[in-house]
Amino acid sequence: MVAQVNPASAQLGDAKRSTDPAFVLRDVTVQFGQQPPVLKDLSFQVESGQFLALVGPSGCGKSTLLRLFADLLGPVAGTVSRRSDVGAGQIGFVFQQPNLLPWRTGLQNLQLPSELGRSAKEVRSEEELLDLMRQVGLKDSDKDKRPAEMSGGMQMRLSLARALVNEPRILLLDEPFAAVDDLLRMKLQEDVRRIHDERKLTTILVTHNLHEAAYLSDRVLVLSSAPALIRQDLQLERSSMTAEQRRTAEETMRSLQRLTGALFQP
Amino acid sequence: MGEVAAPVIVFLLVISAWHLIVTAGRISPVVMPGPMLVLDAMIKIRSDLLAALFRTLLAALSGLSLSILGGTITAFVFSQAAFIRRALYPYAVLLQTVPIIAIAPIVIVVLGRGFAGIVLISCLISLFPIITSTTTGLLQIDSGHQDLFRLYRASRWQILMKLRVPTALPYLISGIRISSGTAIVGAIVGEFFVGSSTPGLGVLIQRKFAALNLPELYAVVAVSTVLGAAMFGVITLLGEAILKKWYGMSLSGRR
Repeated sequence: MVAQVNPASAQLGDAKRSTDPAFVLRDVTVQFGQQPPVLKDLSFQVESGQFLALVGPSGCGKSTLLRLFADLLGPVAGTVSRRSDVGAGQIGFVFQQPNLLPWRTGLQNLQLPSELGRSAKEVRSEEELLDLMRQVGLKDSDKDKRPAEMSGGMQMRLSLARALVNEPRILLLDEPFAAVDDLLRMKLQEDVRRIHDERKLTTILVTHNLHEAAYLSDRVLVLSSAPALIRQDLQLERSSMTAEQRRTAEETMRSLQRLTGALFQP
Repeated sequence: MGEVAAPVIVFLLVISAWHLIVTAGRISPVVMPGPMLVLDAMIKIRSDLLAALFRTLLAALSGLSLSILGGTITAFVFSQAAFIRRALYPYAVLLQTVPIIAIAPIVIVVLGRGFAGIVLISCLISLFPIITSTTTGLLQIDSGHQDLFRLYRASRWQILMKLRVPTALPYLISGIRISSGTAIVGAIVGEFFVGSSTPGLGVLIQRKFAALNLPELYAVVAVSTVLGAAMFGVITLLGEAILKKWYGMSLSGRR
């Protein structure tokens, strides 16, 4: 039940690279000022290509973990190491809020990632960006709309597309589906899993929805309240079924039962 | 429709009441002229009024432009560090509290009796709202947007140009809107004290008062008031148009 921990190999041969973990956390502690630590001596690793869900009570430090992975935050103790062949700009992050720039149109919002940073980036053509919009279920006509003219769901889709602009190897999702209605959430979840599979990403999803964690991910970390400790590390079976098929599948239900068991056991 | 009709009705009621009080109370025009006398005076000195109006408008627009320039630069400096704000903000507040009438003599001494002095007074009185409003805007970045820019390793310059400035723009416009009316007041007060060979509205007010020509004095005051309101109105419409183009929405819709 507990994840196999491979000691990070010192030599990074090309053959080994694909199996190197995406992230390794060692004894990570995060603390803000004089407050009690949010994370304390936490160690685990995230395998490349894995779809990992982080589940736990609100305020337990799930979002803090994502910010550590994105390098938006540094630990006060311990180390967070990322695969050496994944650059800083190759992380996509879908925040809880869409965080779109209100003065930019849909297309201009997608152009933002390639405009930022010091290193010159490959600028995506309009056709490539439109294709990206279609992949997340947006229409070509949405490119000229400003965020204020979009529904909450459209904004979330656009922010998902924006996270993919720089061809990320790692995708971080911070409860991206919390604010959208059920129907749309189901569609977005399928899109995310499909994007994960097609692009061979490493995806880390923070969620408080157990069902979502059970049928989307390959592995679920159940965290206790702050400071976050790993209460359970579950590897879930995954068949070749689509997210839609998995939604009602027996194995998902079994996973869900294990998850609920893990959460409620004393 | 009611938005236009209601103030117009109030205007007509006040004018009628004024007319009634003056005629029924047999108040001498030397004390308080009636609205008809004022209208006559306005028509009589219309060419003088028009010339003075343009003169004052020019002074106010110059003063306001200087305020916008100086205010945004100051706000930019303020936005750079908290200690700069702490050190300089009290002096910005002094701009607002110093009686503008009291510094007019100082301005005259420094700049002499001329157009430049009038522009400076108009600028001083309209500077503060632009500084505070724009500083607020520059510091008002959404923490989500900040995360986004940090995620993509944006430079300080990129954060300024692509995030802070666009965020501050509606605040700058709102500051200019507040300042537009006071810039006119500043120009008139400036003219009142500094004087000028080419008379603006302030100089006209002074002359009509000295001659105790009350109907014409009232006429100048009325034109001054309308000028201030018109300036506020035009700047508001202009600001709305810019925001609509920029944000695709109106300022009133966001606040």
